Amino acid sequence: MDFLMNAMQSLPASMQLSGPLAWTITALVAAGVTMGVVSLVALLAVYAERKVSADMQARVGPMHVGWHGILQTTADAIKLMLKEDLVPAMADKWLFITAPLLVFGGAFIGWAVLPLCKGWAPVDLNIGVVYLLATSSLVALGIIMAGWGSHNKWSLYGAMRTAAQFLSYEIPTALHLLPAILLAGSLNLTALANSQAGGMGNMANWAIWNPFCFLSFFCYFISGLAETNRVPFDLPESESELVAGFHVEYSGMRFAFFFLAEYAELFLVSAIASLVFLGGWNGPFGLESSFLYLAKVLVMMFVAIWLRWTLPRFRIDQLMGLCWKFLIPLGLINILGVGFWIYYFRT
Amino acid sequence: MVIPAQPKPLQGEPMVIYMGPQHPSTHGVLQVELHTDGEIVNRAIPRIGFLHRCKEKIGESVPYDAYVPYTDRMDYLAAMNTNWAWASAVEKLAAIEVPERAEYIRVYVAEFNRIASHLVALATYGLDLGAWTPLLHAFRERESVLDILEELSGGRLCFGYMRIGGVANDITPRSIEMGKAFLKQFRAKLDSLNELLSFNHIFIRRAANIGVIPGEQAIAYGMTGPMLRASGVDWDMRRDEPYSIYPKLNFDVPVGQGLKGKTGDNWDRYWVRVQEMYESMKILEQVIDGLPEGEFRAKVPAILRPPAAEVYCRQECPRGEVAFYLISDGGKTPYRMKVRGPSFCNLSILETISKDMLIADLVSTLGSFDIVMGEVDR
Repeated sequence: MDFLMNAMQSLPASMQLSGPLAWTITALVAAGVTMGVVSLVALLAVYAERKVSADMQARVGPMHVGWHGILQTTADAIKLMLKEDLVPAMADKWLFITAPLLVFGGAFIGWAVLPLCKGWAPVDLNIGVVYLLATSSLVALGIIMAGWGSHNKWSLYGAMRTAAQFLSYEIPTALHLLPAILLAGSLNLTALANSQAGGMGNMANWAIWNPFCFLSFFCYFISGLAETNRVPFDLPESESELVAGFHVEYSGMRFAFFFLAEYAELFLVSAIASLVFLGGWNGPFGLESSFLYLAKVLVMMFVAIWLRWTLPRFRIDQLMGLCWKFLIPLGLINILGVGFWIYYFRT
Repeated sequence: MVIPAQPKPLQGEPMVIYMGPQHPSTHGVLQVELHTDGEIVNRAIPRIGFLHRCKEKIGESVPYDAYVPYTDRMDYLAAMNTNWAWASAVEKLAAIEVPERAEYIRVYVAEFNRIASHLVALATYGLDLGAWTPLLHAFRERESVLDILEELSGGRLCFGYMRIGGVANDITPRSIEMGKAFLKQFRAKLDSLNELLSFNHIFIRRAANIGVIPGEQAIAYGMTGPMLRASGVDWDMRRDEPYSIYPKLNFDVPVGQGLKGKTGDNWDRYWVRVQEMYESMKILEQVIDGLPEGEFRAKVPAILRPPAAEVYCRQECPRGEVAFYLISDGGKTPYRMKVRGPSFCNLSILETISKDMLIADLVSTLGSFDIVMGEVDR
């Protein structure tokens, strides 16, 4: 990965280009690499989801396509691409077509500021966290458009639930990131991870060891699951109530975009949690490695999969209650607590 | 004179939305017409008849013994029990004495089928609330039960095992071994299912205090089976109007107590079914120990012509009381046949209790009813 990073940065120079053209080429290459990583992550995450759920449910999961079904998700992706492109006759065509792009785009552009390996992000933005929170709202807009544009009452319900759920859970997501940000004193994701280096065994400075951040970590992860619409918070697409919610009318590649976005979002949430709370690439015994960072993200994703295949689903009012009556007040208390913590222990 | 159209003020109106007949939570081809105000259901009207197959008319045109396979297709999740209800109705009509061994075998298969049926009920209820994994665990156990029933009857869903006067084949030593092996491990499996689903905090919040049916209302709507008992009414045909060898067997009748909420809520209905599986296991252990020697089928004439009479015969099936009303005019076929299906009667209360519920609660309530559309529509 370090090699890749150097190659990309030296690409315009080696082609003897400068100015806007060089900038454009670098941006395109970075976007292409990120796109590839997103697709790869989604493919592997779907495969992992299938295998983990199979193991939990006393099944074997996909076994036939490739070694232990490793190519099953690829085959599915090809199937989805080859499917007929269907737009319902009564649908609002423009909303229907742009919605999946917006959902996927919203999940994808968040990756622009996400460090993919130690110390390198496609764009090293100094307000990375704010940017991430802002872009994830695009997903909500896309889902609402999909629900409305499908001209289907079940989709509309899905869209209404999404609107409520997303707008509510954006707040605790942001609030519970703040304590760690206060501790690190930066909104830059790389700086946030780097600020947690050092200490005993390279682990003592992790934000999660602060009692307030400890609470915030779990609350953030819960809110993150709610934002990515995963069980127990998958109300917008709850298949037993709303059939499939907002994407009931979608098929083929458009459906694949929703699917891809879900896993891209999940990775994003896990990555932020591990960067902000778990020290990113800082690990035990003074280790500092991109693989450590990746391992933390994968563990978080595994926990999400684990929860999905264990828990039933919340009801919409219980979901709202959890957000407004528990997560948000706790977030405010945590911020206050960390403020006092910094005041008394740092100064 | 043309009156200029006045712009109407923006106002909402209730949305009518049809849930089913192709909907994952209607457990078959039920259609529920929902009048909704946002997430709140103002009115839910069940519409049935998508699976109507003229079962009663067929019953009047085929010989008595030929109707057994048709009863399979009524309550297809508890085919043995429905088979048995039909067989015992005809036996009552024709005054046929059933050998004791046959009665033991009948209880053996019927109680196993009750376990299989309740496993599906619990599993799909979990699925209605978004829990996938319990479904597959419950179905794995159900497969073992179906293996036992397959060993006896050859079928896995529609058995056609009962005959007028007994059963089709004698019980095999292998099936008893399989039964013993299953009972040995099933209690632990059921306990782990309880840990996974029954006492899950989210599950309790989704099921308790929702869809409460008081005991009096349950009686007024003619509800039977686990739904009636969950409402606190202590009534089980096997004990209170005993048939077959049930008086000889020792078992309890679980009744809803409002353990996690009010008596008669969704969680109680779920929990009564779980407890009934424990009771079925008790019964099965006694049946295996007490199986007598003898005939497995009474001598019945090839073409049965019962004397002109009328009978009403009911039995406790997993979903409640299945009853057959038969009038014979002395011919080969019944003069009139009427089926009382428990799912049909249990479903009738849906419209009453679903007022001002959330859509998610309606799904939860309907799931706890455990209806089988094959028997609602017949």
